[in-house]
Formats: sequence, C-alpha cells, structure tokens
Amino acid sequence: MSKLTSYLGSLIAIISVNAFSEYDFNMTRGVTSVSRDIYGLHMMVFWVCVAIAIIVFSIMIYSLIVHRKSQGAVAANFHESTKAELLWTGIPIIILVLMAIPASSTLIDLEDTSKAEMTIKITGHQWKWQYDYPKEGISFISNLKQNSKDAIYSKNKHENYLLEVDNNLVLPVDTSIRFLITSNDVIHNWWVPDFGVKQDANPGFINDAWAKIDEIGTYRGQCAELCGKDHGFMPIVVDVVSKVDYAQWVLKQQIAKAAKLIQSRKTWSKKDLTSLGKKVYNTNCSSCHGITGKGIPGIFPALRGSSVATGDIKNHIGIVLHGKAGTAMASYKNILGDTDIAAVITFERSSFGNQMGDLVQPFDIKSAR
Amino acid sequence: MTTITAYTSHHSPEKGLMRWIKTTNHKDIGSLYLWFAFIMLLIGGAMAMVIRMELFQPGMQLINPQFFNQMTTMHGLIMVFGAIMPAFVGLGNWLIPMMIGAPDMALPRMNNWSFWILPFAGGILLSTFFMEGGAPAFGWTFYAPLSTTFAPDSTDFFIFAVHLLGFSSIMGAINIIATVVNMRALEMKLMDMPLFVWTWLITSFLLIGAMPVLAGAVTMMLTDRNFGTAFFDAAGGGDPVMFQHIFWFFGHPEVYIMILPAFGVISHVIPTFARKPLFGYSSMVYATASIAFLSYIVWAHHMFLTGMPVAGELYFMYATMLIAVPTGVKVFNWISTMWRGSMTFETPMLWAVSFVFLFTIGGFSGVMVGIAPADIQYHDTYFVVAHFHYVLVTGALWSIIAATFYWLPKWTGKMYNETLAKVHFWWAVISVNVLFFPQHFLGLAGMPRRIPDYSLQFADFNMISSIGGFAFGTSFILFTYIVIDCIRNGKPADARPWEGAKGLEWTLEPKAQYHSFNKPPTRELIKQESQNS
Repeated sequence: MSKLTSYLGSLIAIISVNAFSEYDFNMTRGVTSVSRDIYGLHMMVFWVCVAIAIIVFSIMIYSLIVHRKSQGAVAANFHESTKAELLWTGIPIIILVLMAIPASSTLIDLEDTSKAEMTIKITGHQWKWQYDYPKEGISFISNLKQNSKDAIYSKNKHENYLLEVDNNLVLPVDTSIRFLITSNDVIHNWWVPDFGVKQDANPGFINDAWAKIDEIGTYRGQCAELCGKDHGFMPIVVDVVSKVDYAQWVLKQQIAKAAKLIQSRKTWSKKDLTSLGKKVYNTNCSSCHGITGKGIPGIFPALRGSSVATGDIKNHIGIVLHGKAGTAMASYKNILGDTDIAAVITFERSSFGNQMGDLVQPFDIKSAR
Repeated sequence: MTTITAYTSHHSPEKGLMRWIKTTNHKDIGSLYLWFAFIMLLIGGAMAMVIRMELFQPGMQLINPQFFNQMTTMHGLIMVFGAIMPAFVGLGNWLIPMMIGAPDMALPRMNNWSFWILPFAGGILLSTFFMEGGAPAFGWTFYAPLSTTFAPDSTDFFIFAVHLLGFSSIMGAINIIATVVNMRALEMKLMDMPLFVWTWLITSFLLIGAMPVLAGAVTMMLTDRNFGTAFFDAAGGGDPVMFQHIFWFFGHPEVYIMILPAFGVISHVIPTFARKPLFGYSSMVYATASIAFLSYIVWAHHMFLTGMPVAGELYFMYATMLIAVPTGVKVFNWISTMWRGSMTFETPMLWAVSFVFLFTIGGFSGVMVGIAPADIQYHDTYFVVAHFHYVLVTGALWSIIAATFYWLPKWTGKMYNETLAKVHFWWAVISVNVLFFPQHFLGLAGMPRRIPDYSLQFADFNMISSIGGFAFGTSFILFTYIVIDCIRNGKPADARPWEGAKGLEWTLEPKAQYHSFNKPPTRELIKQESQNS
C-alpha cells in the first residue's frame, strides 16, 4: 500500500515536472552542416518508408476487409507470377539506390577531418570525460554535477537533471574542430546530438570526428556506449562561445593553471590536504570505491582497511599514479595534478576508519612521477 | 507389418519423470524445449518488468545502477538464448519429422542430449546472480574490455554457459540437417518441402556457421581474463574492436537464426486462413536463402561508430540495404497470398496478420538504421531498442505464439478456448505497441539505451512505455491459462482443425501419436499436401 501511495505521489510529481519538460518526438536538426545533412537523410528515409507503408498497408487492409469468407469471398487459386516477383524486386532496388546516393556523399563528408582549424582530445574514463586542448595546454576533467548526483535519490528533479557537469567543454563558434577521441579504460562513446558527432572512444586507439558549429549556445549529450555501472551518469555539456570569448576563456584557464602550479610547490597542512582530498575523492574515486570506502564486493575493492590504504605509502602513491594492470584501477598520472593526488592519498589513509595519520606533499608526488 | 506393430508398442512412452529424462522421441523433446523456452520467457520477462519499473520515472527508485545493468544483460541473454532459440528448436522438433513424413529425428539420442544441456546452461547463467560481484552487467553483446578486464569473476561462469548453449544449438542444427536430408520421405523432393522445413534447414546452416564463432569469441575472452593473452587488449597488441567484429560475425546471422523460422511459420498460417495456396513458393525459398547469405556479409553495420574506414562503412551500408529486397519479397508474397483469398481470422491468423504489420514496421526502422550517416544519431539509442523489439517480439515471438495456437490442436488433440485466445491477442497487440512504439520517439529525442536513469524530457514516453510493458507482461498470465486450459479441458479437435490447412502433419490422427509415419507417405499424398502446388 505504501508503495502504491508513493507511486501515486511520484506520478503527481512527474506531471508537475512536465511543466518545463519539452515534448521531443523527432531527431534534432542540430547546429552543424553534418547534423543537418543527417537530419535531412533521416527525414527522407522516413518519408520513403511512410509512403511505402501507406501503399503496402492499404492494399493489405483492403484485402483484409474485402477478401473475407464472411463477406462471401471465394478464394482464387493463383499462386505465382514471375512478372510480379520481378516488379517487387526491381522497384525496391531502385528506391534503395536513390537513398544510397545522398547517404554516401554525407558519409564521405563527415568522415573527412582534414580541414580542421583546431583539435580537441577527448578521453573517456569510467565515468567522466577528460578534455585536452593540446595547443593551448589546457586539460580538465568533466564530471556529473553534484546537483544532479544529489537529485538521483531525491524526489525533486531540476531542469537539466543528469545533463549538467562541473566543467563544461568550451568551444569557439564557426570554427572547424577536429575531435580526437579515445578511452582510458573501457569503450565509451562521445555523443552530442546537436553536432551530429557520435564516435566510439576505444582504449588504445584514437578515432576522429569533426564539427563546425554555427550557433552560440549550450549543447548537451551523453555517453552512448555501455561502459559499466555509471554509464548513465557521464553527460557531456559544451558551451559554444564567440571567438573573442573563447580567447578570453583560454587565457583565464592558462592563468589558473599557473596558479595551481604555484600551489603545488608549497607545503600543505594535513587539515587542508584532507579537506581537499575529500572533494577530490568524491569526484574521482567514490563511484567505484564508494562514498564510505566500502567498494562493491566482487567488483571494486574497499579502501576501508585495505592493504594499500593502510600499507606502505610509496605503494599507495604508485597505484594512484600508475593504476593497477589487469583491473579497473586507472592511472591518474595524467588526470589529476600533484596537489590533488597528494590530497586524496592523505585523505584515504585517514578516513573510512583507516588511521595511518601520515601525509604526503604535492612535491612528493612530483618526484614520484 | 507385424514387426512395425511390435516396434511401436515396444516404444510407447515410459511413465513418470524418467520418460522426460530418457526420452529420444521428437515430440517429447519438442515439448521439453517449448516448456523450457516458456519458463525462460517468463524469467526474462520478469527482468524486463524490473527494467520498466525502474524506468517508470526519473531517478533511481528500486534498484541500483549495477543491478540495472545486470537486468538488461540477463534479459537479453535469456530472451535470445533461452527463450526464442529453444522455442524454435522445440517447434522444429515437433513439426519437422511430421512435415517430411519421417518417424523421428535422425539422431534421437543426440537430440535428448542437446535439450538436457540447456537447463544446466541456463542454471549456470542464472546462478551468477548469487555470486560475489553479481551477474554479467556488460550488455548481451559483452563488448571487451568491459567483459574482460573490468568484469567480475562470475563472467567465467557466463562463458561456460555460452559454450554449453552453443554445443546445444550446434547439435540441434546438425540433427535438423541430418533429419531433413536423410529422413525425408523418399517421394518428397526438396521443392515439395513445406516452408517451415525450408527455413529451418537454412537456419541450421546459419547456426553451424555462426555458433562456433561465438565459441571462439568467448574462448578468447576466457584466455584474456585468465591466461594472460591480449586478444582484445591494446596494451598487449590486441584490439577491442576485433572483439566486436568477431561477435557480430556471429551476431548478425544470429538475428536471422531468430527470424527465418518465423518466416516459415507465417508462410503456413496465412495460406491456411486465406484458403489459398502460398504465393510464390519458390521465390520464398530463394528469398530465405538470399537473406541467409547476406546475413554473413553485413555484420559491421552494428559497428558504424567504431572508427571503420569510409570504404568499409560504404560497403556495409550497401550490403545492408540489399537485405530489404528479399525481405520485401517475402512481405509482398504474404500479402499476395491474402489477396483474393477467403479469409477468416482465427487466433493464429490474427497473430500472423499482426506479424506482417508489425514486423514490417521493424523492417522500416531497419532500413533507417542501415543508412550509415543517419545511424550516427540512431546508434545505441532507444530507436534501436524499438527497432529490434519490433522484429524480435512482434516478429519472432509473435510467430512462436501463432505457431502455438496453430499446431496446439495437433499436439494435444484438443482445441483451445477461441474467445479467450482472441481477448489475449488484442490485449497483447495493443499493449506491445504502447510498450515499444514510444521508444522510437525516445531514441530520436536522444535517449541512449542501457541507462538506468534519464533526464526529464524523456519522462513522459518512458512512463507510457512502462505502462504498456506492465500490460504486455500480464498478458502472459492469460496465455499460460489458455494453454493449460486447452491441455486439460479442451474440446476434442479434428484431425484437420483448420479448413484450409495443408501439410502432412494434418493427415495424422487428431492428436499425433507418439510415433508417426512409421510408413512413409505416398507420392500422391505428398503432392496433395504440398505448399508448392
């Protein structure tokens, strides 16, 4: 009974939520030439199918109504016609060829990434995206926003629930951008419907795709290849800004990077390390090892009382930096900075009931790299 | 003549449980397969209900994401390997010997073994739920490295179960080929064979070709996981995309393994209730063979986003589009069979007619996803989920239900309750569309598949789909009742309960005896009952 009432309650909640949800029936037209070509193809094939369906189903429905025994229909006995067979082999072939021509040219166009003006490297991780701007020297991780994480188990859902991240990818408008897409662990898929870009991120290999975005705005997408437990919780948010705003953003990122470098040179107190470590842990580690460090038995090991978190600190640093071969534990060498790694290790060794009490400084990490 | 009588009486069924364990009789084994498939259908269906309950509204309410992935994975595996495939083997076992005038399958002991492997394979697969780390959670396509480096230990049990299922299928296929080739009544030429026999014969070759490839894929997984090889690990010189090539080289023929026998069933039901011979018998045979051939050379259309070269994508797009041609031929032939017939709409016909409608819708969305550039937007969304459920539920499963009602009188000697069966049909056909049709919209609007939770713009259609799902799920309670009611209380059926039915099986007693066709049918009888008139 209580379940029923809770369902009824949530039903009402859903209906009220609908006030700001859009009714989407069809594929997006998108904001790139490729996405518009795809939309055009989609609509063309759709209407061809509808036309065929109307013809074929009308004939069938006519027959179902008229050629009934109860209507006094007497069965004919024809059962062969080479002419008819040739006709309904030939006509579909012609239709298919007509569909294949525009499909081929779109395909050839969207696979040609040679005209790019800039490059973004996208790396999939369980369950977050890493964005690298190789030329600009910018690199960051993009996680599901805490707002959305908190809303998963609560009744109140807000706009863009599950489609918001802590660090948006920022791209300039009207620029041909090449995406180099790869993965650090399992196969992911980077998909932004409005760009017409959806490409597998394969570990150990690099795929490419391109987009030239026509309109300034915020575009949202999701991982589109099952990549484990939190596959549904690694969205993509892209801010497309004017070229001037983009240049400013790049400058700001570079300054922030320099500031971070200075931070990593100083000696940190244990309190500061632990509080930063908790933040880093919750964003990067907790989806596998759990908020309370208990892990998931049989899949992800616990940190509470683990031989790593309560053993030799050098080994602990080594595992966070380089990962553990043959397991889901990834290398964080290129994902987290010295300060973050130092903080999270310090946090792990003094939390979840672990009482090592020791701490590690950012410069220790630097020398361990 | 006396020797034959002695032979028959000696081989009447044993009593009790041992009859089913030791049986080598094609009808007993057919029944075992069908009941096994039905139980698996209910188990896999229960998992689908859990999935639809969790997706009823945004947020995680009932289960956690890891368990959700276990549900989608096991739902797919159980429905494909536990429900649809065994159900067709069951139909083949029951019907093929009766349709070709043979006394039994060619290899009866192997037949027993191929069935009895199944409950163990299914048991091993289901037992993974109780292991540390839980059941497989990497999708029924088990892409590496999610299924190798990143999977729990229970995956090795999954691999063993897949091997067993593969053995069973290969043996079943060998048996059907041997039966059709060696046990067919001497007077029956290949082009006299009923379409169901033809489609199963061609399916058997697909099974023999495809299942060993699957066995190879899981064996490579096994050694990658446990013996330090790196077939699918780039760090060791392997390639995760190679897994997908191997998997889909099995996986695409597998799709047709599940649909070709369905084509066979429909090609029996429609002529019967149209009271008119099947239109284009030989073109049906050739279309089936072409589809089977094409099924081996289109596998990478499941992989348009893996980073294939353009030339590869173009080839696989063209080859895929070609499949529409023989499939279209089949649909046109069925409609021509109905045209100017004298139709009645008993339950099997209702299922068959709705098959033609709904399978064709699945075919249209199939053409759409075959267009490689458009597939960029469709791939791994609910549009694909809608597509393959239209072909597998309202295609394969629909034909199995049609076959059940069509041949139930021959299997039991009794008639099912026509009124209830019609209620069940309308219940199922309406709810299944409420369930799957909105998923097209969800996919186009951008909802990825295999996600346990979604953003708000997908809420309405998910709720509608879930409501349809619950209604469709409960329709199987009625189906179970109708079948059991028929077996227990059904009114006696005629030997040929359908006015327009053709086929050697209808020349037998109302309830086919334990051993039929101890004496092969005559040329005259074969000609008279042939679909190729």
